[in-house]
Amino acid sequence: MSDVATLDSKPGAGCGAPEVLRERGQREVFCGLTGIIWLHRKIQDAFFLIVGSRTCAHLMQSAAGVMIFAEPRFGTAIIEERDLAGMADANDELDKVVTRLLARRPDIKMLFLVGSCPSEVIKLDLSRAAQRLSKRFLPDVRVLNYTGSGIETTFTQGEDMCLASLVPELPAASEGDAPNLLIVGALADVVEDQFVRTFGKLGIEEVSALPPRRSTELPAVGPHTRFLLAQPFLGETARLLESRGAQRLAAPFPLGVEGTTGWLKAAADAWDVKAETFEAVVAPGQQRARVAIERYRERLAGQSLFFFPDSQLEIPIARFLSRELDMQLVEVGTPYLHRQHMAEELALLPTGVQLSEGQHVDRQIDRCRAARPDLTVCGLGLANPFEQEGLTTKWSIELVFTPIQGFEQAGDLAELFARPLVRRTKLEV
Amino acid sequence: MQLTVWTYEGPPHVGAMRVATAMKDVHYVLHAPQGDTYADLLFTMIERRDKRPPVTYTTFQARDLGSDTAELFKTAAAEAVERFQPKALLVGASCTAELIQDDPGGLAKALNLSVPVVPLELPSYSKKENWGAAETFYQTVRTLAGPNAPAPGSERTPRPVGRAPSCNLLGPTALGFRHRDDVLEVRKLLESIGVEVRVVAPLNATPADIARLGEADFNVVLYPEIALSAASWLKRTFRQPHTTVVPIGIGATKDFLKEVGELTGVDPNPALAGEPSRLPWWSRSIDSTYLTGKRVFVFGDGTHAVAAARVAQEELGFEVVGIGTYSREMAREVRAVAERYGVEALITDDYLEVEERIEALQPELVLGTQMERHMAKRLGIGCAVISAPVHVQDYPARYAPQMGWEGANVLFDTWVHPLVMGLEEHLLGMFREDFEFHDEAGGSHLAHGTRRATAAAEPVPEPAAAEIRIAAPVLQAAESRAEAESAPAAGEPAWTAEAEKELKKIPFFVRGKARRNTERFAAEHGVAAITVETLYDAKAHFGK
Repeated sequence: MSDVATLDSKPGAGCGAPEVLRERGQREVFCGLTGIIWLHRKIQDAFFLIVGSRTCAHLMQSAAGVMIFAEPRFGTAIIEERDLAGMADANDELDKVVTRLLARRPDIKMLFLVGSCPSEVIKLDLSRAAQRLSKRFLPDVRVLNYTGSGIETTFTQGEDMCLASLVPELPAASEGDAPNLLIVGALADVVEDQFVRTFGKLGIEEVSALPPRRSTELPAVGPHTRFLLAQPFLGETARLLESRGAQRLAAPFPLGVEGTTGWLKAAADAWDVKAETFEAVVAPGQQRARVAIERYRERLAGQSLFFFPDSQLEIPIARFLSRELDMQLVEVGTPYLHRQHMAEELALLPTGVQLSEGQHVDRQIDRCRAARPDLTVCGLGLANPFEQEGLTTKWSIELVFTPIQGFEQAGDLAELFARPLVRRTKLEV
Repeated sequence: MQLTVWTYEGPPHVGAMRVATAMKDVHYVLHAPQGDTYADLLFTMIERRDKRPPVTYTTFQARDLGSDTAELFKTAAAEAVERFQPKALLVGASCTAELIQDDPGGLAKALNLSVPVVPLELPSYSKKENWGAAETFYQTVRTLAGPNAPAPGSERTPRPVGRAPSCNLLGPTALGFRHRDDVLEVRKLLESIGVEVRVVAPLNATPADIARLGEADFNVVLYPEIALSAASWLKRTFRQPHTTVVPIGIGATKDFLKEVGELTGVDPNPALAGEPSRLPWWSRSIDSTYLTGKRVFVFGDGTHAVAAARVAQEELGFEVVGIGTYSREMAREVRAVAERYGVEALITDDYLEVEERIEALQPELVLGTQMERHMAKRLGIGCAVISAPVHVQDYPARYAPQMGWEGANVLFDTWVHPLVMGLEEHLLGMFREDFEFHDEAGGSHLAHGTRRATAAAEPVPEPAAAEIRIAAPVLQAAESRAEAESAPAAGEPAWTAEAEKELKKIPFFVRGKARRNTERFAAEHGVAAITVETLYDAKAHFGK
């Protein structure tokens, strides 16, 4: 687990490609199952059934920090000793659990069987199980499967796997259809609505989102489909969409004024929107965002910042904080670096910034302690211990649970980083 | 396979983490995939610990499975010892690593480390968190104290005359329910009768402390779920007796002192002099009259459930209408208590079954875990938390033990506060139609807090009987079930509109019970339509 740190300074995308420190070791990150916490709220008629262990169930109730006690649309089929010992046929058991579950929840139209570390290791074939169960429950319920296991996915990659499992289910757009725009990646409903309105003003009317809010409203896809990634962690989903003929519009991610403008512009260009029209449509939002961000500049400018890897949002957020709020980047960690999807972002990073991919948490903590940044962005397992050492921290999980994309949320994103610093100066204890 | 949404206990390796995190100078190398590190936040967030749990996760990935996960484990263990310099190393596997059968114990042994190694085998697919904590503590004690064991069959040297009797406190862990404060309170209690506390373990104990456990005259088992197996081994090996009473509540605290007196020959009476706890007078004072016969449902781990039932029934004058536990290890003890109070014990770790039982019993107070707190909230019933599983709220900044004299004060306060109080209860009952003080009104005196009141003050059309059933808080529990139950099943008595209206005049905190009793009465007497008469017939039949 040690000695696999390599410095990779191959010229990558953009000019002055930053150095990437690749590390292997203990990772202080969630597994892909955690994505269910937002996905089960986003797709309102879907249920996520993890096929896993008591650990998976315990993770789900602990990870969000709270138990959401309205009956959630997720659960765990806990594998027991009798399933492993062959005393019970795991597939029969799974069918029984699913039958009971669907009888209890007649409102469910789509069921995801979600693979976990134990189900992967015992090679329980969930894709066959999904086919078998689909046959039985269609047309009422469609059964799909994906893996959220920690041996294959890190945190937000769970959403990637989930959306990827939806791609083959998307209806085919007809040849004669007008070009349509697909926003890919789960966004807060309010943000999604803002983007759809903006695209409407730009004259782009055929806009839909993946994932949709209801599983029965899957968007069509075909050679006339252009898609924008709203989230930076959707490598597999993008690959599958491309294999169905859709074209990815290369863009930075819609964080901050610059990112949001670039992201909207990519669509505007694809639809040949006139430059004046584009300017006229985005100018008010840009202006509001600049005013909102300005409020936090004094607090954030010049402050040094260290990112532990978490959601793959680190690079776009670091770009925003460095370019629009003049923060100093010490190290930007990401669990995985998708060079192609990140090309526009990497090109905007300041030269010489230290990127790291993967993790060896103890060594990274050593680096962080040595650098003593003004603000450390890290997971919930590390934050309080760092605070006790005198480092100011920002919990990274809030970045995936808060609406931060688009012009109207740019100020909120800045505020998330200003708040811990403000708090430090306020407290007299 | 078992379908679950919420679980009362985590996997057994989380129990092991609770022991490792509680101790000093130990490190736990856990063979586990990425993601299992979520368990760190239980300690750093819920308990607000200011240090990372001393755990190294090997973090194997899919691509390692075909090659050498064992090598990964060995590297991680060697690195952890070098970096953290522990005095003892615990090694084990989480659920996934258990499947790949790398044998962490054997691998660690092969490393010839300079520190004692405690190999842990915690079967993830059959055991749970508390079992894991108990097994880890037991194995740690065996490994570290074992070398100091006297020769088998040898007698224990009697305590020299004039030396104060001494004990160890066993069982408190990290992430325990009020363990931090219970330890202080029980230490105070023991010192008040001249008993010295040598080692507290595992909380804040070092491997050296564990090694000298055998020196004390006896052991105090604070939490049998965690400490009993280690205490039994110490009894067999060092001839050290241990206590069996857990001092939660006045009666149990007295029994505990008596037991300590018997074990040591010390007179426990000085501890009883004066009025060491306020609970007895608070309970006897007339303001507490309204507590009489309040119907209470108790659920938690075995130790806390058993203790709570006794306090509720004998020290506050409640009526225990149901008791249960998710600790199957303690089923026998809980069944015995249930029998004593003439109720049926509920032994389950399925929260849906617990919720059904609470719905059926319609208690006025629930003494449970964070799970029951949420159920009770939905059902509109008051609740106090008495046991793990825990939430950040269960780590108060103030001193709030459950055990000993101060613990009894804490129990009185926290169990009584969720109830609607004496005269308020009367006023709510007398003037049901007061537009401001009805149960739909929000809790706040400020206008924005009374949104529900505004809505309710507007004329509401008389809903059909079926709709009223949905509106009853009982059925807000699970949307799906509410739908299923919204129409009365054939043959069940139906409520007339007048009777429904009359029912609404009964205060909300006893309305559920009144509804259930009336329906039961109607069913038993073959009444098809429940009228106002039926309602009062049922009231006369069942009493209050």
